[in-house]
Amino acid sequence: MTDQLDEALAREYEAGFVSDIESRTFAPGLDESVVRRISAMKDEPQWMLDWRLKAFALWQKMPEPDWAHIKYEKIDFQSIAYYSAPKSMDERPKSLDEVDPELLRTYEKLGIPLIEQQQLAGIAVDVVFDSVSVVTTFREKLKEQGVIFCPISDAIKEHPELVKKYLGTVVSQKDNFFAALNCAVFTDGSFVYIPKGKRCPMELSTYFRINELNTGQFERTLIIADEGSHVSYLEGCTAPQRDENQLHAAVVELICLDDAEIKYSTVQNWYPGDENGKGGIYNFVTKRGICHTNAKISWTQVETGSAVTWKYPSCILKGDNSIGEFYSVALTRGAQQADTGTKMIHLGKNTRSTIISKGISAGKSNNTYRGLVHMGKGASGARNFTQCDSLLIGDKCGAHTFPYVESRNPTAIVEHEATTSKVSDDQMFLCRQRGLDPEKAVSMIVNGFCKEVFKELPMEFAVEAGKLLEISLEGSVG
Amino acid sequence: MLKINNLHVNVANNDIIKGLTLSIKPGEVHAIMGPNGAGKSTLGYALTGRDGYQVTQGSATLNGTDLLDLEVEDRAAAGLFLAFQYPVEIPGVSNMEFLKVSVDSQRKARGLETLSSSDFLKRAKAACKQVNLPLAFLKRGVNEGFSGGEKKRNEIMQMILLEPVLSILDESDSGLDIDALKIVAEGINSQRDGQRSFIVITHYQRLLDYIKPDFVHVLADGKIIKSGGPELALELEAQGYAWLESYDRNAQEASA
Repeated sequence: MTDQLDEALAREYEAGFVSDIESRTFAPGLDESVVRRISAMKDEPQWMLDWRLKAFALWQKMPEPDWAHIKYEKIDFQSIAYYSAPKSMDERPKSLDEVDPELLRTYEKLGIPLIEQQQLAGIAVDVVFDSVSVVTTFREKLKEQGVIFCPISDAIKEHPELVKKYLGTVVSQKDNFFAALNCAVFTDGSFVYIPKGKRCPMELSTYFRINELNTGQFERTLIIADEGSHVSYLEGCTAPQRDENQLHAAVVELICLDDAEIKYSTVQNWYPGDENGKGGIYNFVTKRGICHTNAKISWTQVETGSAVTWKYPSCILKGDNSIGEFYSVALTRGAQQADTGTKMIHLGKNTRSTIISKGISAGKSNNTYRGLVHMGKGASGARNFTQCDSLLIGDKCGAHTFPYVESRNPTAIVEHEATTSKVSDDQMFLCRQRGLDPEKAVSMIVNGFCKEVFKELPMEFAVEAGKLLEISLEGSVG
Repeated sequence: MLKINNLHVNVANNDIIKGLTLSIKPGEVHAIMGPNGAGKSTLGYALTGRDGYQVTQGSATLNGTDLLDLEVEDRAAAGLFLAFQYPVEIPGVSNMEFLKVSVDSQRKARGLETLSSSDFLKRAKAACKQVNLPLAFLKRGVNEGFSGGEKKRNEIMQMILLEPVLSILDESDSGLDIDALKIVAEGINSQRDGQRSFIVITHYQRLLDYIKPDFVHVLADGKIIKSGGPELALELEAQGYAWLESYDRNAQEASA
């Protein structure tokens, strides 16, 4: 059975097609003039350009981090194009009728219909294609309720007071190498503001697509949940199948004010590269949220794509009684490498955090959980529970766990549980003896393993995530 | 129905079954007894196609289909069921989900329509009651945290739902108290309809008080060395296997 489990992980990456869309793309290369041009393309105010330039200056002096348990060819930042947008977006379409039909077809193929009649009721979508937001559905309807949901490039112009007040307050320009780069060259992303006491009437989501060759995607998302408000947000990502590596360096900031709640879910399915590690997305992402008094941030992520993943969605539990949660499923196969986890920074009294991480490794992939639980001096009565489970499929893959715990308060309690298991021959034989084919058997066993995380996803996406896992595991048994 | 002819099975370069011949007709119950290491469990694994159990010689057919040619799941779909001696846990997968997927897969393989969820639920509840497990067990992870007895009853519940034509019960009585033993036996008896057949592997005559076999075979050193009716089990209970082994040696010497 082990042989069967080990055999070729050849499977189709369903989102791997390329859309034939005429784009306006910058020539590869990065210097100050590129930063200025991006800002100019977006018609940004001076303060925004200044902010970018400051970040660029900082980035130039920063070393690329090398502490993660990943190996990849050094990224040549001069060979990447930093801006690409469909020509049809030169004049921003005013309605869906004006959007390039080829773009609409792209999303239809990805299972995200943008035509009004087919839109999923109850879910508003911001669609980001390479460097621009193509369309944001239900924008007007949400506005009636005071909810702002728009591309961040619009927010910079239309809601500068909010952007100025919060941008960079959780992930600063000098936070880390990739975040600094993002601050300098970010192109688009979503902006969300939920007013005081409002429960956002719809699920909000952003769908990121990289299409153009040799282009990096640097999106920036900023979500502000004002006092007592509530929002559930989901992002999805795909990219064409290409032999070249492509860089995705995003920054997401969540501001969760007193008594507010943000639920942020990610289904990441960037192109993972081929069996030998050729091609695929380099995913270097900084995601962090700040919780004020009694606020709650819950991160849920299902990571199945990317050649390299470097990602630690984190919570700063600043306010007393605030809550941080991190639920993660990371699946690696082929030659994929993931170094992912979270940081829970407990500053306030009686703050609580829960970390549930499920890593699944197949093929010759490497899957690492890296997590920090920090109990600050003021974190009296704070509590963390961490559960970190790894599942191995076959005997050529690796699972690694690097938990860091720092406690400066004697009343804080930190618990850590970890397990490593294999899909056993006994389990496989039981399933097959009852009539399941090997692929169905593995996918059922893996789904069972991930159950605690999947139940945190919004209903529609939990089903999607299950299916995605099934597709990802296709061919993982001989 | 099941025809095994001169079967030889090798496990990790050891010959475990060395020329086993057995024929089972529809509706029959055959008990297989024998000392530890005789190859009883190996027979179940070889027939169901477990990896590492290599058939080096001989044949096995179920209703004319060559079993040895089929994948594990296709043998299951052909109607072969193995109740495990040590059922394994599958954390996070509910019994219900597991059973539904199993039944669906087998029905599909046999060209039958899959059951609607409500139909299936009815059957599952009935089977659960039949083996005297609380309905909550349908929602629990497969064998997750079950006691030994509960695991064995869970196996019988699966058998009831899957309606196999030939069930191999590998020490389904081991580790059971007398009440659980009766429940398991009743579960098996309820499936005897004159068409479906059973191989009951056991160490103890006790189980055969509740499941009356048509034939009893003694397996020793990879071969059936004696066959008889239910009375053979009683004899074994009284005298152990030693007399049979000498009987076997004498027979071999005589034929040499």
